[in-house]
Amino acid sequence: MDAAAAKRKLMDGAPAIEVQGLSKIFKSVAAVDGISFKIQPGSITGLLGGNGAGKTTTIGMIMGLILPTSGSVRVLGHDMTRDRYRVLARMNFESPYVDMPHRLTVRQNLRVFASLYGVSHIETRISDLAVSLALEDLLDRPSGKLSAGQKTRVALAKALINEPEVLLLDEPTASLDPDTADWIRTRLEDYRARHNATILLASHNMAEVERLCDRIIMLKKGCVAGDGSPAEFLDRFGRDTLEDVFLDVARDRGLAGLKQADTKAN
Amino acid sequence: MSSSSSFSMQRTGAMVLRYTYLLRSSWSRVLDLMYWPAVQMVTWGFLQTYLAHLPQTQTLASHATLAAGTLIGAIMLWDILFRGQLGFSLSFLEEIWSRNIGNLMMSPLRPSELIFSLMAMSILRLAVGLVPVTLLAIWFFGFNLWGLGLGLILFFVNLILTSWSIGLITAGLVLRNGLGAENLMWTIMFLILPLACVYYPVSVLPPWMQMLAWCLPPTYVFEGMRALLLDQQLRLDLMAEAFGLNIVLFSVAIAVFFALMQSARQIGSLLQTGE
Repeated sequence: MDAAAAKRKLMDGAPAIEVQGLSKIFKSVAAVDGISFKIQPGSITGLLGGNGAGKTTTIGMIMGLILPTSGSVRVLGHDMTRDRYRVLARMNFESPYVDMPHRLTVRQNLRVFASLYGVSHIETRISDLAVSLALEDLLDRPSGKLSAGQKTRVALAKALINEPEVLLLDEPTASLDPDTADWIRTRLEDYRARHNATILLASHNMAEVERLCDRIIMLKKGCVAGDGSPAEFLDRFGRDTLEDVFLDVARDRGLAGLKQADTKAN
Repeated sequence: MSSSSSFSMQRTGAMVLRYTYLLRSSWSRVLDLMYWPAVQMVTWGFLQTYLAHLPQTQTLASHATLAAGTLIGAIMLWDILFRGQLGFSLSFLEEIWSRNIGNLMMSPLRPSELIFSLMAMSILRLAVGLVPVTLLAIWFFGFNLWGLGLGLILFFVNLILTSWSIGLITAGLVLRNGLGAENLMWTIMFLILPLACVYYPVSVLPPWMQMLAWCLPPTYVFEGMRALLLDQQLRLDLMAEAFGLNIVLFSVAIAVFFALMQSARQIGSLLQTGE
């Protein structure tokens, strides 16, 4: 499918991300076990779950960096196992598992990634990002000499360098102070609103998920343990906060009710 | 935005730019490129001078003295092989050390573009490291590597092809197994040093080792170098055989690299490269 056809399909309401029967088995351990979901364009979806629930593996498979054992992933209409190079320029990601080269300045790093993503008017794009992410004073400093909060802003600048239609974020505000984390969330909301971008974020931070996400997919032991809006989760579990819901799911309290509710909803 | 579905010079250039920024940011890296080749050349050059001036009445026969005249040439050609592989491998290792490989693999950069940029950096780093050393050799010992003319071009092409092949295989191993395989990048070339007959002719090896030696493309180059320096004879037959072997070796290395990359995607190591 060419880019124009993919775009047409998107406009017809096709999902931006479509995961079907996705599994990943490392040796004998099922990190992800037959999950399926569709994410609509322009939405922010939170992938929730405890450590080892399969969030990073799922994101890795959506990016095409990890090959599924079975099942399929389609992003913007393209199969990520066989056809990922057709769509990579239209997506981007940020993860604590990767970093920017430390010795290069922020400007040099952004210049390299802008070229890799085929951005035209590179210097203008870097200036625009520097303004919107408050990086003006950091552009000529080595990336390795920045604080955690500054590094996160730079990583976000890299993730937005190509104005992606699909943005994958793995714990985007991990290890940030509340003020910086809140600032980052505002930038993400702005970006979604201005570009109608699809954002999938994996997070442990319930306040972040509650504020940003239209929808939550809860993972447990590699399976989808629940799927719905934050309000639906609170309602189903009879809780006031997502943190309490998270603990209920983690400790198998009320999980049966949740599955029943999902079955009815579907 | 440009199409990301075919080979792109822009993306290859972006990676070369990235490595050039890195070199420019660290004078110690640039110095390191020149330091060891210069020390080796000077050391072996003085040894060659010493051997050349030994009286014929001593134990060394005249043909051995002549053979010693090839030492500087041998060490410089060995450096093309060794430094060529290191230039390729170290540029790749920079991505692993800085945990940047996930960013690259998630970008539209294709593996073939990454490989081309690593090959370009291998040549650039060799130029920075070896060109001053060749000039030093002329000044110190009157040995002009550039005087080998066409022979030098043929030697260079064959040696650099071998170095890229070894670099590709070790890069694939690091991609697949993480930094636990890093040591291979530094040491693997020394495994072939005795068999490649850098400082002595193949004929001194036992017959069974000679068979192994002739399986290695560099062996043909070093034999060719001795033929050119000692007999003033450019052995095109040796160069053609080396080139044929290099094509096979390079093709195998590409296949191994892609297989290891696929295996890295299977086990999920592209996102979590480390020990």
